[in-house]
Amino acid sequence: MDAKDILGLPKTPLPIPQEKKSRPQKDSQRKPDGISREVYALTGGVAPLMPSIDVSQLKRRPPSDEKITWQWLPFTSSARKDDLQLYHWVRVVNGVPPTGDYSFAKYNKSVDVIRYTDEEYEKYLTDPKWTKEETDQLFDLCERFDLRFIIIADRFPTHRTVEELKDRYYSVSRAILVARAPSPGEVAGHPLVKEPYNVTQETERKRALSMVLSQTKHQERKDAEVLAEAKRIAESRMAARATEEPDLPVPSDVGPESAEGAVGPGDTISPANVQAPAAAIAPSTSVIADNASTLASLRMLRVYLRTYALEQMVQAASSSAGLRTIKRVEQTLQDLGVNLKPKVPTKAVCAEHLELRKEILTLLNLQKQLQYKEAEGSSFRDGSYGDMPGTAKRSQRAADQDRTFVPDTISFGVIPGDRVVKREQKRKGPGRTSETPSSPAGAHKRPRKMKASDL
Amino acid sequence: MIDTSLSKKKDPDQPEISLPTLKSQRTKMGKSEDSEKKKKIKDVEISVPIVYGNAAFWLGKKASEYQSHRWTVYVRGATNEDLSVVVKRAVFQLHSSFNNPTRVVESAPFELSESGWGEFEIAITLFFHNDVCEKPLNLYHHLKLYPEDESGPMSTKKPVVVESYDEVVFTELSESFLARVQNHPAVTFPRLPAGVTLPPSVSTEDESKKKRGDTKDHPLSQWFLNFSEADELLQLAAARQQVQAHIAKLRRQISLTDGQNQQFKPL
Repeated sequence: MDAKDILGLPKTPLPIPQEKKSRPQKDSQRKPDGISREVYALTGGVAPLMPSIDVSQLKRRPPSDEKITWQWLPFTSSARKDDLQLYHWVRVVNGVPPTGDYSFAKYNKSVDVIRYTDEEYEKYLTDPKWTKEETDQLFDLCERFDLRFIIIADRFPTHRTVEELKDRYYSVSRAILVARAPSPGEVAGHPLVKEPYNVTQETERKRALSMVLSQTKHQERKDAEVLAEAKRIAESRMAARATEEPDLPVPSDVGPESAEGAVGPGDTISPANVQAPAAAIAPSTSVIADNASTLASLRMLRVYLRTYALEQMVQAASSSAGLRTIKRVEQTLQDLGVNLKPKVPTKAVCAEHLELRKEILTLLNLQKQLQYKEAEGSSFRDGSYGDMPGTAKRSQRAADQDRTFVPDTISFGVIPGDRVVKREQKRKGPGRTSETPSSPAGAHKRPRKMKASDL
Repeated sequence: MIDTSLSKKKDPDQPEISLPTLKSQRTKMGKSEDSEKKKKIKDVEISVPIVYGNAAFWLGKKASEYQSHRWTVYVRGATNEDLSVVVKRAVFQLHSSFNNPTRVVESAPFELSESGWGEFEIAITLFFHNDVCEKPLNLYHHLKLYPEDESGPMSTKKPVVVESYDEVVFTELSESFLARVQNHPAVTFPRLPAGVTLPPSVSTEDESKKKRGDTKDHPLSQWFLNFSEADELLQLAAARQQVQAHIAKLRRQISLTDGQNQQFKPL
């Protein structure tokens, strides 16, 4: 305060007049204008750039040179077959009533149902399943109801399905068209002739549709699973077929004992070489193909380091695994006391290392498989409405997955020998008890199976 | 004279492939031959076990700020045999702060000594003899001067040694190369496919006149590390056994669970 005195600054702070200035500014920014602030904010918080309603259209008044009256006048409609006269309000301009047909008469459309004569019926249209009477009735109804077959089926005196009626109607119409046409070519373009009605297909289609419609949620899920499985199998089959071709030339090269003369391998390899470029384009996802192509690419290098070769082979082997799986493999290796990269990478050591990694991958896949199966089992036991509890179980299992893996690996960190064997045996015990079916608390079996006290 | 009837000749219509491709479209290796000298044998590989690394001595009292260590980077045969049977020369690429950072060593032992204070990555390029391989190979070694245990005392007598074991694999083998190395201890000679014979190796130089290229009596040899594959093999075998046992157990459990699920499957 004294300092301010010395400096000569005003004692009362400036903000007060500033506040007053900013508040009206804020108010004008807010501008609710009848709608609440939140609603205004929904539209972007600012005034619309373009008016959505043309304001000039809103309060248009009729041009003042015309004199408009409204009169209660009679009218007739061409859509009616009788001469009924009804009354309605009519807008009269300068004393002149509007002319023309009733404005809604133009909507009175109907279908052109072909009518046959009796002779035509005798000649072309007899059918063992239909009497003439029934066919006549059908056509009457069709005309009355404009081919609305569901209504026709309802009103049909004898019980017939919609598909049967349709079939009869379309085949009769088609036959008549063809019979009446001067030459078949002329009617060939007519939709009735071009696309005949297929009864069996239609029946089947409707049956399938009704099945899909009446599926329960459980069935829907199962279907989705099966489809996904089928897709995976189809993809792997395709991949396997694509990799068959590069696989053909490889075995003949890999074998170090190829004792054939120069002619033999030369013959088999050149046709395979033609195939190989085509096959190489197709994506190969199988591990065998990856291995083969890695080996081949290594040989291409003509000189390479064994550590580099091992890296490539490891990458090829884990190409189908996600990052998380790869990390778990490395974790397992560490727990087993194996160097992630061998310290003495001789040919034998590298081969063993690669095989070990592949076996660990198999192990992890089997663990996952087992967990899925157990999840399935417990969901079966709990009944079909397993939606909410099911997902909860799955998330539990995901958590359990991480937890149960750790106890697994702890046992690996032991010096190989009796101790490991003993622990394996011990684990069998609780494993057995957990397999007995129990209450819906199926999800809780997992931690019990692998508790720390077991190890 | 090279026996033409027994060796396998590459298809002359095979064009030369100079770049490695990850998805190789050809499984045959080799270049098209013009001369009879370079007959290649396929399906056989030769590996040369090597060890590369450095040994660094702290200079103690004689150390200055920019020259605190005397170090030697080298590439040697894993059993200290002479590598010059395959290696023509080695090029060591040092940090740019060194004068002439590209150092070429034309004969065994392939090593380079320098003094300095800093640790950096050294790129070692090995060039091989013409009949061995025309492509060079790169190795990378991080120069280590300071001991792992930072708190321990630095001694001028005991060097800091870091070595890496690796094997150089040659996939394209010319007959002349094979003939030359067939009895050489530095090279792991492969089993030849049946029907392939090599001419007897002829020593081209007088043994006594050649400079000793092996490192068996090298001044640093007392510090060289031993690399034995036996330990690692044992370790791996034990690990595989454990994993296999676990896999078998899981398989049993899976089939058991499958059986159980069959009972409960809704119709």
